[in-house]
Amino acid sequence: MARLFMKGCEAIAEAAVRAGCRFFAGYPITPQNEIPEYFARRMPEVGGTFLQGESEVASISMVYGAASAGTRSMTSSSSPGISLKSEGISYCASARIPMVYCNVSRGGPGVGSIQPAQMDYFQATKASGNGGFRMMVFAPSTVQEAVDMTYKAFDYADRDRNPVLILADGVIGTMMEPVVLPEMKSDEEIAAIKESKRKWACVGHPLDYANRSWIQPGQWSTKLQQEENEKAAALYESWEKDIQVEHYRTEDAQVVIASYGISARIARSAVDLLRKEGKKVGMIRPITVSPFPYKAFDALDYGRVKAILDVEMSIPAQFVEDVKTGVKERCPIRTCLCSGGNIMSREKIVNAVNSILEGM
Amino acid sequence: MEKIYTRTKTIQENKVSGYCPGCMHGTVMKLIGEVLEEMNLVDRTLCCLGIGCCGLQMDYIAYDNITSPHGRACAVATGVKRSNPDTFVFTYQGDGDFASIGLAESISAANRGENLSVIFINNGIYGMTGGQMAPTTLVGMKATTAPKGRNPQEHGYPMHMCEILNQLEAPVFLARTSCNNPANVNKTKKYIRKAFQNQLDGKGFSMVEVVTSCPTNWGMDALSALDFLEEKMLAEFPLGVLRDR
Repeated sequence: MARLFMKGCEAIAEAAVRAGCRFFAGYPITPQNEIPEYFARRMPEVGGTFLQGESEVASISMVYGAASAGTRSMTSSSSPGISLKSEGISYCASARIPMVYCNVSRGGPGVGSIQPAQMDYFQATKASGNGGFRMMVFAPSTVQEAVDMTYKAFDYADRDRNPVLILADGVIGTMMEPVVLPEMKSDEEIAAIKESKRKWACVGHPLDYANRSWIQPGQWSTKLQQEENEKAAALYESWEKDIQVEHYRTEDAQVVIASYGISARIARSAVDLLRKEGKKVGMIRPITVSPFPYKAFDALDYGRVKAILDVEMSIPAQFVEDVKTGVKERCPIRTCLCSGGNIMSREKIVNAVNSILEGM
Repeated sequence: MEKIYTRTKTIQENKVSGYCPGCMHGTVMKLIGEVLEEMNLVDRTLCCLGIGCCGLQMDYIAYDNITSPHGRACAVATGVKRSNPDTFVFTYQGDGDFASIGLAESISAANRGENLSVIFINNGIYGMTGGQMAPTTLVGMKATTAPKGRNPQEHGYPMHMCEILNQLEAPVFLARTSCNNPANVNKTKKYIRKAFQNQLDGKGFSMVEVVTSCPTNWGMDALSALDFLEEKMLAEFPLGVLRDR
């Protein structure tokens, strides 16, 4: 397959189109504007719909509507915009509506900064809206990964009838890299996917109470509401099989970096540099940050590992809380952090690892 | 004997309405159902319900429906209609939903000329949450959040959605009606039919505002509420067709 040189945001949008996404609604916010702009050009070519909503709130509601009607649908935004979408995301999760959204995250809190950051970790993995729902959350560290994850995300969303989040950041969204794009789904395949949802999709049904489509983001009956919560909890439990994690040069490591997304990309080059100097450093990189690969930390030999180094672009650190749960106090955890739109540097990571090794 | 009237099949049998005595939601729901049946639309219809008493009918109607986030019905309907043009889509929203929290979604959908039909129920008060002030509450009218009555210096004046939307270029049909007497009930049905036909004809955004009563939260019995509606509400919200293109 041909390799193309593409910007992250545009590659994500094209991957969605190839996965059969035929509805996108979004609202401008930096640094993700190239996603809606790409869809605006691309959707008419494939018979899909692009809409610039009047707000993030409206855009996610449009996606809730289109996805409830069985169309593979997507929205995207960046940090403060994702907060606004949390209403509709929670509705989709509650009504079990499959949709995909992407957070090209930036500095926070509040309006924060428009530069890249990883400050939405808790929001992405723990509480993306009211009501305690969960989602599968993929954290790409390259443009290629962002493409592959976006393409697959629609399958996970349809399989589970649940939202799926691509947790990118301003670096992934705005940098250009070579990518191999996935296969374009045919019109027939896309129609078949949509048809498979007809039974529950709100597109009109013969007058028959039992068979009408009733998209319910809540229940009047507390008994039924609890039952829905229990069904959702069982779904979340079933994701153990879907956990993806990368162990990078951890076999004999004395210091193990824990990192994800763009920070992990930078940490990887720090590991390579330190390895050339003969230093025993490795990395555990969650690819799915929800479900989180806690058990990956059980594979380490804590007789040898002197410390875990949490590397993330968030102050205060957030990802570290999941790392702590995985490590279970079997060794010390140090942090290497930046935030506010400042990008992690290899030197900073190298220095942090060296200071651990020197203290041993 | 010839049967000249029958109950609409679009409302489930064996269901007891949760609407209060004197509330007109049931009347409008019935009219919508009759029009859907008469126009042979039932099996391709989706109702996007708002939040509030307007949403109670999710449990009574027999056709497809989706509960929209509060105020977002026009955006949800936009998503469904754009991705499924063959589905007949209408929203059913109260004044808090359509004119307060959903103001941006309502005006923006109207301004885009979305090919939708909107049924907007204006009773000047929040019903389900228990009588709080609405954007359409009359000056001087008491609400739990305006215990001394709506005061223009503090709360501004009632909003007139038909007139506001009439400033926009795109909408094709804007009408205000009521269900206070048989003549107006018939007129309401006629306007609903018109709004629905416009969507079938691909003409764009149509809105029917129905001025109704809320005896419970107005603190009146059903008959007094009807008097209040005719004397006060209709004086503030004059009935008629504002636009028909």
